[in-house]
Parts: sequence; C-alpha cells; structure tokens
Amino acid sequence: MRAVLGAGDTKLKVEQLSFYYGKNQALKDVSFEIPERRITAIIGPSGCGKSTLLRVFNRMYDLIPSARAGGKVLLDGEDVVTTRKLLELRQKVGMVFQRPSPFPMSIRDNVAFAPRLLGWSSSRVKEVVRQSLERAALWDEVNDRLEAPATSLSGGQQQRLAIARCLAVSPEVILMDEPCSALDPVATLKIEDLMAELMRDYTIVIVTHNMQQAARVSDYTAFMLMNPEGRYGELIEFAPTANLFNQPQDQRTEAYITGRFG
Amino acid sequence: MNRNVRRQFASSIWLGVMYLLTVLALIPLGLVLWFTVSKGLPSVLHPEFFTNSFRPFGIPGGGIAHAIVGTAILVGLASLMAIPIGILGGVYVAEYAVDPWASWVRLASDVLVGTPSIAIGLFAYALVVVPVHHFSGIAGSIALAILMLPIVIRTTEGAVALIPNGLRESGLALGLPRWRVSLQLILPTAAPGVITGALLAVARASGETAPLLFTSLGNTLFKVDPTQAMQALPLTIYQYALLPYKSLQDQAWGAALVLVVMVLGINLLSRWVLRRQIRLAGQL
Repeated sequence: MRAVLGAGDTKLKVEQLSFYYGKNQALKDVSFEIPERRITAIIGPSGCGKSTLLRVFNRMYDLIPSARAGGKVLLDGEDVVTTRKLLELRQKVGMVFQRPSPFPMSIRDNVAFAPRLLGWSSSRVKEVVRQSLERAALWDEVNDRLEAPATSLSGGQQQRLAIARCLAVSPEVILMDEPCSALDPVATLKIEDLMAELMRDYTIVIVTHNMQQAARVSDYTAFMLMNPEGRYGELIEFAPTANLFNQPQDQRTEAYITGRFG
Repeated sequence: MNRNVRRQFASSIWLGVMYLLTVLALIPLGLVLWFTVSKGLPSVLHPEFFTNSFRPFGIPGGGIAHAIVGTAILVGLASLMAIPIGILGGVYVAEYAVDPWASWVRLASDVLVGTPSIAIGLFAYALVVVPVHHFSGIAGSIALAILMLPIVIRTTEGAVALIPNGLRESGLALGLPRWRVSLQLILPTAAPGVITGALLAVARASGETAPLLFTSLGNTLFKVDPTQAMQALPLTIYQYALLPYKSLQDQAWGAALVLVVMVLGINLLSRWVLRRQIRLAGQL
C-alpha cells in the first residue's frame, strides 16, 4: 500500500551501513535519509561504492555469495538488509540499469512479462502495459508497433522501455544506476525530463558520475569518496543539491565538484 | 634488402607448410565421405532399400527400413529422457554456479562424457536387460540417453552462460523469483544454443553402436514396439559388414551413407541455429 508519507518525508533511512565483498570492505558507516517523492543523486569518482550502495536498497547484492551488509536501511520503517520478503521488496524498489537489457520479446511482452508471471488478469495486464508505457513517455512512439521486438528500438527508447517495465509492477522507489551513461545527449535529456515527471509519484535515487546531471535533475545529492587508507567507500557530504554545489561544507566535496580530481 | 628477401622467403615456406598440413588434416574426412558415397550409392539408389527390411542372402530387394525406424524410435525415446533432464541440469549448473552441488553435477557430467560408450551399454544391460531377461529398444534408448545427458548439460550450460548478466538482474529487479527468471526468461533467451546442444546429442546418439550391442541387440524384423529387440543403423552396418555376402556388405555401405548424411544434416542444422543464438546475444 502507498505510504502515507508526504513528499519530502524520509522514505529510506540509511543507518550506519557497512558492506563487504568477502574480506574487503566496500562501504563504511554510511548514514543519510532519502526523502519521499524527490530525486536524490549519488555522485563520486569510480570505485567510491555508489553503485554498491544503490544495490543494497533492493538487495541486488544477494546474487554475489560473498557479499554481506551490516547496519540498517529502513524503508518505511522496515529493515531492507534483514527482510525476508525479498520479492515484495524488489517490487516496491524497482531498478533501472546502465544497460537497458531489453528482454528478447515484443515491446508489449517486455512490459507485461512480470505482471503476467505475477498472475494478474489479462485485462489488468493490458491496462498496466498502456499506463506504464505512457508514464515512461514511450506510448506515443510505440503504440502502433507493440508487437515489434524490443531490440528494434533505439538505445534511448530501450532505456525508457526498461523504465516502463519497472513501473509495471507499481514500485514506490526507483533506483537508477547510471541510466544515461550509454545514451546520446538528446536521449539523455528525454530521460531527465521523464525523471522530473516521475518524481511526482515515485521516490527516485540515481547514481551518476555526471555531476552536471546530478545538478540538473536532483533535489538532494550525496557525495561519496573512497577512503585512501581503508579503501572503502564513505559518505562525505549529503545536502540539498543547490547547497552541495554552491556551498560545499567539506573541502573534498569542493575539490571534486570544481574538477580538481575525480 | 637481402634480409627482406630472406624473410619473405621463410614466410612463404611456412605458409606453404601450413597449407600442406591443413590438406593432410582434411584428407581423412574426404576419404571417409568418398568411400561411403561411392560404395553406398548403388544400394541407396534402389527405392526398396528404404521401404523393405532385411532379406536373407540370395533374395533380392533387401532394405534397411527396420533400421531407420529403429534408430528413429531409439533416439527419439532417448531424447525424451535425456533432453529435458539435461536442459534443467544445465540451467542449474549455469545459474547456480557457486552452489557446491553444481560443481558436483559438472564433475559428474565431465566424467560421463569421458566414459567409454561400451561401458554405458554394459551398465544399461545390467540395469534393464538382466532383470527382465530380454533385450529391448527401451534398454538401448536408456543407454543412449545416458550418453546424451552430459552433452546436453554442458551445451545448455554454455548457452546460458552466454546470456548477459544484465538480463538476469533486470528480471530479478522486477521482484520475480530466481527460478522463474532462470526458466522463463534466461532459458528462452538461450533456446537456440540449447537446441544446438540437443541436436548435437541426437547426432552423436544416432551414430553409436556400442551402447546398443547388448541392449537393443538388433532385429531382422521391422519392429515399432520398444519392449522388443530393435534394429538400428549403426547395428546394421556392424552386423552386415561382418557377413561374407557381398549384397549384404553393399547394404552396410548404403546404411553408412544414410547415417553419415543424417548426422551431417543434423550438425549443419545445429550450426545454423547456433549462429542465430550468437547474433541474438549480441543485441541484448
């Protein structure tokens, strides 16, 4: 059920989160709060653990046997790290990847795939396909060729299809892992416009190595860095985007956003 | 200048050696095809060769219909057993690669691939023929199924491993259970590669003699009932070639030609399917 949270209230509360790949620590003591129906960007140089952090939020790391998380990530008060309701969690927290990975089937079936497997009625699936494609700003481009293979779409269209696919299972949070890094500027702009649109109904967390993108689209920004001694990622600063870019509190943040390293 | 000439000379010498060795490597293949075609063609050109069954020496019009149908039934039954189990096993091994069980399955199938086919025949003999006290097509197809199983497992594993990880993650991120992602998203995507493996296993099983020697045994009569002893193409070749009668030896060559063409056809088909798989995987 839709939470009763107002826009801006805390949706995801990260508390003292640490993360390990086997013996290697990848994150240490990350704490911050992601607000409901806002766009939160996570930025930082390669290897700072920003993708790892994102993959904790929907337990994508479960695929890696040696991976282990400590601390808490509270989603509407329930701990993501220890929850046993993994499938519900992943429906609630959708994810869009760097590569759109279209399923090798028609455009319609890509969106309908999960709803059908979840056993929804065919009329409901039909409705969801249309709604999701509309919300992903793809309906007008594909409604006359829903049976065409998804691989026939352009890269930008494929990425919007991936978003539609994710919307189809009614998530509340959408995680985006560098969703535009393989796209040209025009397609990137379309995705960014779409994010602004989706923000009204969804909490969005985007990992990007493109600082300009973070500044353009996000309301809040988290800046992460790899600790040079411990080789683990840590959160340096978290603030409303305008504040972080205009008056960074930490020297390292300032150095990064002014392009002195990273 | 002088050194340059010498280098070019050495280069062309070695290139020539390589061409020569390539031709040498192809000679056996060419000879096999040439002998089978030239010796087998006279038998194959008679239509009754395909419609009639065994006739004793001296009676004209003998054919291999019983062997063709027998091979189809034996290999068909073996496929029904080996392909579904092999595909599920292969998906398991590929998708749960880190599971300790998976490495055991992988080891077992590697050992099975290396097991002499006559030993597999002996195993099926002890397992099926001895308890029921007679030879049967079922016993033969069980032996063939054991032979096919590791081939299907390993090719399925290879085809599934070819699927980009992003597809798996995208499926899981939608909140779908792991087994559904494996069986309903990854496996269909890998289907052409899996079919290739199944076809290769069918081709391999079609040409095997040893597993059938003491299981299916062979039969001079036209049989479609797999609880009876059954004839098969490789058995026909083996048995007829040992007989002192020229007409039956010629039929053995004819059967060999049919078998070679069949296996070649299956192999070409599997390569065509595999090429589609590689093209598809490139688009994802």
